[in-house]
Amino acid sequence: MKKTWPILVVDDEEVMSESMAAWLREDGYRVDTAANGQAALELAKATDYAISFIDLKMPGGMDGIETMMEMRRIRPEASIIIITAYATVDTAIQAMKEGAQEYIVKPCHPQEISMLVSRILKLKKLQNENVILRKKISRKYKHHDIITKNPKMQELLSLTQDIASLRSTVLICGESGTGKELVARAIHYSGARAEKPFVSVSCAALTETLLESELFGHEKGSFTGAEGQTKGKFEMADGGTIFLDEIGDISAKLQADLLRVLQERRFYRVGGADEVSVDVRVIAATNKNLSEEVTEGRFRDDLYYRLNVIEIRIPPLRERREDIPLLAEHFVQQIASELGKDISGISADALKVLIDYDWPGNVRELENVIERAIVTSHNGTLVDSDFAWLTQRGNSQRDWEVPDVPLSELERRAIIAVLERKRGNVKEAAASLGIDRSTLYDKLKRYEIAH
Amino acid sequence: MSVVYLLAIGSVPGQVLDWMEETVADWCPWPVRRLPAIVFPEDSYDAKRGQYKSVDIMKVVARSAPSDATRILGVTEGDLAIPTLTFVFGQAQLDGPVAVVSLARLRQEFYGLPGEVTVLRERLAKEVLHEFGHTFGLTHCADSKCVMSLATHIGLVDNKDERYCGRCGAHLVRSFAASDGEAK
Repeated sequence: MKKTWPILVVDDEEVMSESMAAWLREDGYRVDTAANGQAALELAKATDYAISFIDLKMPGGMDGIETMMEMRRIRPEASIIIITAYATVDTAIQAMKEGAQEYIVKPCHPQEISMLVSRILKLKKLQNENVILRKKISRKYKHHDIITKNPKMQELLSLTQDIASLRSTVLICGESGTGKELVARAIHYSGARAEKPFVSVSCAALTETLLESELFGHEKGSFTGAEGQTKGKFEMADGGTIFLDEIGDISAKLQADLLRVLQERRFYRVGGADEVSVDVRVIAATNKNLSEEVTEGRFRDDLYYRLNVIEIRIPPLRERREDIPLLAEHFVQQIASELGKDISGISADALKVLIDYDWPGNVRELENVIERAIVTSHNGTLVDSDFAWLTQRGNSQRDWEVPDVPLSELERRAIIAVLERKRGNVKEAAASLGIDRSTLYDKLKRYEIAH
Repeated sequence: MSVVYLLAIGSVPGQVLDWMEETVADWCPWPVRRLPAIVFPEDSYDAKRGQYKSVDIMKVVARSAPSDATRILGVTEGDLAIPTLTFVFGQAQLDGPVAVVSLARLRQEFYGLPGEVTVLRERLAKEVLHEFGHTFGLTHCADSKCVMSLATHIGLVDNKDERYCGRCGAHLVRSFAASDGEAK
């Protein structure tokens, strides 16, 4: 790939710049030459040179160091090699201090230049790869990669864009598997903090003590096994975003600590005496009904209001069934390619099975189901029989697994589900539920269900 | 009809020109002819460095090219250098008609060893093919066995084979055809 790297040679002596350029061209580089600093700067404005060789001594204008400094103003990342016939330690030190990547004394051995050039370009290549990977990650989590044609979701995505560059705390609510972290990342990578870290913490996965240490770090000896000072996730996320998943599961003590961080942007490491300040955007997420948790006294109301500055509610997949075909096609393409399976799509019958299923595990469940179907399928297209096990499992789940919610909520969910299955037809839904139409209308009103 | 010319700058043994002629004739479709040797151009010797200025030698070789020359390859006993580098084994115009090769650092004697004809012949053939390849637009090849790989010291010249790799060879053949088309 070296063939594409552009190199600039700057020297007031044409014979020097042209002979050097000719030698580098033989190595496959695209080489431009400039006879003075001013001409070099003009060229550098138009082309981002991978390396610029600049002669230190150029009489009658800008010398090599001045040219280098000006060039750095135009291209802060420019790799500059200063060339001189005058080998003094002072000029070498000055050139390096002003930002020269290297310093060579002419004439120098061809091998030295060859190695120098390939070393710098190797580094450049890594830097470029890094930029590309960052962009890829950023693209991956940009809002337009969240697949939806559901109006509520589109409204939600538009909101994520509007709030991306704010520092306000965001609370994302939604059932498991709806993509809360994906939305949090979309907010982070679309805003001004995109270049800084996005640190994710699952609050339900750790015990209180461990979570405290995980979030705030600890000092050496603060507890058994704390062998050295360790930074917590808040410090790691400095300048960026911390994503606190399953925030509804944290203890009363941690709720108090977290409230303090949100209020003051400062905290103590576990066992520490010095305050640590951070600039972190907090995005919290929960699959619980936090306002209910507040009413029940299990979650501090002051913390709830601090977290709930901007609330985003992600609808469950069963409330946006129109997205199922889009998501299914997307997962088929993505997973088949990752697994190296030659599966190009999904049949209409199979899609119907997926659309009719209730998806308690939401988009994550859909992804897993498609992965399982791809692994076991022997056809070029996924067909309904590839999902037969899903219908059986779904039915048995519906029969036996009852969520831990009040009866009224069960009734509300049952009405919504049946209405959706019957495509909004109230007469058919009422018949299916075994009640008459007017009773169903009463219940729709009571539960504020749009139809 | 296009011709590849060989030109000695300063005194060069006739045998060296015989080897060059054989090497070039093996690889290109045009007749290879020798021009009468010329003297080193004035001021081309850098007494301070004890070397010849490669750029000046290239210029005089270019000026010596007859009108029917498709390529002209100079050869000299002089040790060649450019201002930034301590030496060059040879130099060529990338995708241009002129190239020059120095015998100085191809000789075992340069490294304090007794002269060896076979070693010199082999090194010269590699260097001639290398510079000849540059004149047809070939740049350095990543295959260290290909004659177009970069050699920054004599060990790397010895390590190469006296042939183009498949990719460079194919490029060369295509360039010959294009060059012939232009000449006609």
